[in-house]
Amino acid sequence: MIQQIAFVITLGIATFFIRKRVLRIRDNIRLGKQVAIDDRIGERFQNMLLVAFGQKKMFKKLIPAILHFFIYVGFLVINLEVLEFVVDGLLGTHRVFAPFLGSFYGILMNIFEFLAVAVLLACVFFLIRRNVLSIPRFHSAELTKWPLLDANLILITEIVLMTAILTMNASDQILQGRDEHYVATGNLFFSSFLIPLFENLSTGTLVFIERFAWWFHIIGILGFAVYVTYSKHLHIFLAFPNTYYGKLEAKGHINNMPVVTNEVKSMLGLSTEAPNPPAEPGRFGAKDINDLSWHNLMAAYSCTECGRCTAECPANLTGKKLSPRKIMMDTRDRMEEVGKSIESGGPGLNDGKSLLGDYITKEEINACTSCNACVEACPVLINPLEIILELRRYVSMEESGAPASWNSMYQNIETNFAPWKFSPSDRFNWAKEESNK
Amino acid sequence: MNIPTVADLAAKGQSPEVLFWVGCAGSYDDRYKRVTKAFVKIMNAVGTNFAVLGTEESCTGDPARRAGNEFLFQMQAMANIQVLNGYGIKKIVTACPHCFNTIKNEYPELGGNYEVIHHSTFLQQLINEGKIKLEGGGSFKGKKITYHDSCYLGRANNIYEAPRQVLEALDADLVEMKRCKTTGLCCGAGGAQMFKDAEKGKKEINIERAEEALHTGAKTIAVACPFCMTMMTDGVKNKEREADVSVKDLAELIAEAKGL
Repeated sequence: MIQQIAFVITLGIATFFIRKRVLRIRDNIRLGKQVAIDDRIGERFQNMLLVAFGQKKMFKKLIPAILHFFIYVGFLVINLEVLEFVVDGLLGTHRVFAPFLGSFYGILMNIFEFLAVAVLLACVFFLIRRNVLSIPRFHSAELTKWPLLDANLILITEIVLMTAILTMNASDQILQGRDEHYVATGNLFFSSFLIPLFENLSTGTLVFIERFAWWFHIIGILGFAVYVTYSKHLHIFLAFPNTYYGKLEAKGHINNMPVVTNEVKSMLGLSTEAPNPPAEPGRFGAKDINDLSWHNLMAAYSCTECGRCTAECPANLTGKKLSPRKIMMDTRDRMEEVGKSIESGGPGLNDGKSLLGDYITKEEINACTSCNACVEACPVLINPLEIILELRRYVSMEESGAPASWNSMYQNIETNFAPWKFSPSDRFNWAKEESNK
Repeated sequence: MNIPTVADLAAKGQSPEVLFWVGCAGSYDDRYKRVTKAFVKIMNAVGTNFAVLGTEESCTGDPARRAGNEFLFQMQAMANIQVLNGYGIKKIVTACPHCFNTIKNEYPELGGNYEVIHHSTFLQQLINEGKIKLEGGGSFKGKKITYHDSCYLGRANNIYEAPRQVLEALDADLVEMKRCKTTGLCCGAGGAQMFKDAEKGKKEINIERAEEALHTGAKTIAVACPFCMTMMTDGVKNKEREADVSVKDLAELIAEAKGL
């Protein structure tokens, strides 16, 4: 009974914190511009199924993809066991599903154990890969301090949680022969290897170990669920909507600005109706997070900082400051900063800071070649290029702060209709120069 | 060369089947003018019913949009669309992936709807239709050629095979760089980089890419974009290999193999 009360309290606390964070994240994303993404529903579902559910883009790197796939399937399947944990916790039962499922329960538990072992080994491999092997994308400038700690904490937590399951099952199996409260599960293959460690312990000690592991696992999972909302690990949920809302047009397409279209049309005398003045003046391009679309902001929360984008970025590869991953991390950090400020009654967006300037510099955005390598590389269809281009629009149109040579290029286009300083009347001269091959 | 303008044809009450959009580099850049001419020679040889806009052509606005000046982009786009729609243009071919991308993907929202194809696809179609025949592969037979993917053809528009099929028609030994197709490394001059110096770094992108291309051992680096042409040529010069390695456009390779 005490255990049941303790469980209800634990569950309540976890739910409270998760709910609070989920609402905060939702409100942070809503700081972004309202943009309707409601077209081509079939294609969007297909993308979500292939890319998020089916992990299609992960498989560009085979070995990490397989290991990641085990962790992913483990996450999906082992959560079924968590369901039993919750029912047991609330009703004070033990392995409540076992009598209903009969021998199938044992099979199911063996599958869970296989996945637990696979997750454990994959996480150990990932820890080694991240910390020992010198893979550049795990040692970039933006991947120090919290992001580095975050990545390792996730892996270590998963290892510890899986160890708890196996310990629990090992002690449980011994107890099955000693105490009828412990329902027979049949042989559990992987945890059987741990039995020699516990065999000689007294029944009382074993019950304690089993209970401890049970509580440790469920508190661990609930605690981890709260942690995830503060972590890059949020991709486990947001990858799904993010791929659903991902860009469907050709990657080379840049979003149109209808506000500008209206103005240009009226300047050229193309539109008969008076241009509707926009409800709020709004900025051209983006200076801060509220100038980006809500989908750009959701993408920032979906980023798990794997750095495949940065590893493919030609600017980053040649030592420029630009890192597409940092663009996403900065967007998220700025959202968190604004969100925290709003939560504590602070100035929020009007804190005198902005995404451009305080987080992302012009030097970074100017280095982008718009080659789409980052977009292509992202396993969850995040588009850092969209953010970069919105920031450039702000710099060019609101600040007139583009590099001097770009301003000359603009001037050339305006006066000569070509980005170089050539006379428009010479445009067709090539046809007269037949002889010089 | 026979290079009709749309205005000439219009005066005779005709219009071309396909408009050849030359682009600013194709019109003004000395190196890329040679590509323009090679492509015209091919079209002349196969009897394509085409015309150019001549002095009525104007920058698509691509570099302005990518650098962030949306006003200027849309001014250019609207003006071009007025001209194109005025002549009733239905189909456009261009040797510039940036012009291609902009007209194909970005003009429709502004009222310009055309069938737009890049010259690599156009050449591939001519080869498939048997209009360009290269008996025995010509002078490139068995020679190592590597193809540098233009970002605005490849990732931007998923055109990876057409340029390669054109090269295969040469019966050349097509060798791929390690980073190719979807993971092809940019030459460094997209996104309006052509019009300013690179930011501070430890290397120029085009040198990184030229090294990779040279590493294949190919004596010809095939490109399909004016910016790639400039960047790869400069990269090869930087490595002091311009004497034995040449950077050439697909149209030039076909024209050369055909003796045009």
